Amino acid sequence: MLVEQIAVFLENKSGRLAEITAVLADNNINIRALSVADTADFGILRLIVDNVEKAKSVLKENGFTVGKTTVIAVEVEDKTGGLARVLQIIHAANINVEYMYAFVNKTGENAVLIFRFEKMDEAIAALKEKGVTILSREQICAL
Amino acid sequence: MSEIYWEEEIETLPRVGLESIQLRRLKHLVARVYRTVEPYRRKMDAIGLKPEHIQSLADLSKLPFTVKNDLRDNYPFGLFTVPLDEVVRVHASSGTTGKSTVVGYTANDIKTWSGVMARALCCAGATKGDMIHNAYGYGLFTGGLGAHYGIERLGATVIPASGGNSKRQIMIMKDFGSTVLLSTPSYALNLAEAMDSMDIDPKSLSLRVGIFGAEPWSENMREEVERKLNLKATDIYGLSEVMGPGVAQECLHTTRGMHIFEDHFLPEIIDPDTGEVLPPGERGELVFTTLTKEAFPIIRYRTRDISRLFYEPCACGRTLVRMEKVTGRTDDMLIIRGVNVFPSQVENVLMSVDGVEPHYQIVVNREGNLDTMQVQVEVSEGVFSDEIRVLENLTKHIQGEIKDLLGVTCKVKLVEPKTIQRSEGKAQRVIDNRKI
Repeated sequence: MLVEQIAVFLENKSGRLAEITAVLADNNINIRALSVADTADFGILRLIVDNVEKAKSVLKENGFTVGKTTVIAVEVEDKTGGLARVLQIIHAANINVEYMYAFVNKTGENAVLIFRFEKMDEAIAALKEKGVTILSREQICAL
Repeated sequence: MSEIYWEEEIETLPRVGLESIQLRRLKHLVARVYRTVEPYRRKMDAIGLKPEHIQSLADLSKLPFTVKNDLRDNYPFGLFTVPLDEVVRVHASSGTTGKSTVVGYTANDIKTWSGVMARALCCAGATKGDMIHNAYGYGLFTGGLGAHYGIERLGATVIPASGGNSKRQIMIMKDFGSTVLLSTPSYALNLAEAMDSMDIDPKSLSLRVGIFGAEPWSENMREEVERKLNLKATDIYGLSEVMGPGVAQECLHTTRGMHIFEDHFLPEIIDPDTGEVLPPGERGELVFTTLTKEAFPIIRYRTRDISRLFYEPCACGRTLVRMEKVTGRTDDMLIIRGVNVFPSQVENVLMSVDGVEPHYQIVVNREGNLDTMQVQVEVSEGVFSDEIRVLENLTKHIQGEIKDLLGVTCKVKLVEPKTIQRSEGKAQRVIDNRKI
């Protein structure tokens, strides 16, 4: 149920994002989803890719600090209230969202929400109970 | 106006007379230290030197040096020569690896110190009638209290302002009619800036003379302070290991060096690499031997400050040798807003944080009139997280530890791995962009 995500440390200087994506492209790694979190001094790039281990090692070889974490991918219908419903479930279960980002799949019917929760196991249980669709990595890569 | 001395006889004594006083005191000092302080005795015994081998001032060079590490090794009171019940005060400054260096004073030492500080004040033209604004920090640092006692000894009025709260200080200067200002030169510029923002014309104040020290400053900075504060800016020298402020002071006649009160503090200039004593006028490392201190005398203390000595007579009439404005250091010590900072201290803090690697760089800038210190730390996998909060907590933690241990506020910047230049041999730990 958990999806592996890689995170890369970014100093705020020009060209770094371009370098990362070039490294991934050169190694035939496909990015499924990404987000950049930034502060005044640095940023964190979070990526979901089709080959996590390879992505991690090629980025490390190129001098980046890379971390691996797990996130939860949730599929909702791409219509008003989709995200709100998921967040209400999480709120009711008294769970904090550390961060999240979203993308819409190719067909445009569904949206995929990527979450990192404070309490991952409890979040999965709460979402399952309410019948929310949780995607595996294979499912995300197949989208 | 005729020149004012605090102790005219000694300050204008022909050098022959001065040297005979120095020799008498030196012999007495060496004998006492050999008798009472084990670490000194051990060092002398190791080279077969006995107190009776000191028969001339030139024999001083036979004695072993004392360095900051000796103070640390004997922390806190191991180099004191008197029982603690005779010690009436201690001061401390930050050491190279976290432990402070501690110095102590007997009642007589405080008298001596007040006396040399009163001499320094007179040397800068201050008199009993002055209202003296003391903006050196009060506390473990010798600056505040050292100057304070000297001002009282002189008989002038002391305003114990200490550091900080510039607007209030300016109000006090204006309302009380401060005529003399004591502070670090960078704080003086800070005050000037605050005055400007308060729309107060320095000409409307009564400031006449400034006595600035505790950090290196240039001739350009002197001009700037003089222009912005409308006063005559003089340089004072001192360090806690030797006494505190009042070791040397510029007179009003010259900008070529500060008069060393050498009946108490015997200076030498050495080659920092070989330890050889250099002839007068040559630039090298300044070394001091205290001639009269009781609780914490020190023999041939290597200050790491680079200077020169001038023995030519001065127009002010003083026969005391002058030391050139300190032009640099022989070690990597930084002075940030008056606080001594060694890169090794920063390194120790970083190494105490789990997962942080020993790749760091310290960048020092002067923004406006204040020194700023930025510590750049490489983000290794050990400390990296996909959560902003975790990384921000890390920078705050490092910042807090540095503040606690070193007393300096810095900015911590996380940088990508391998971006801090690796050097062959000695790492370039410090980039000092200040133009001093």
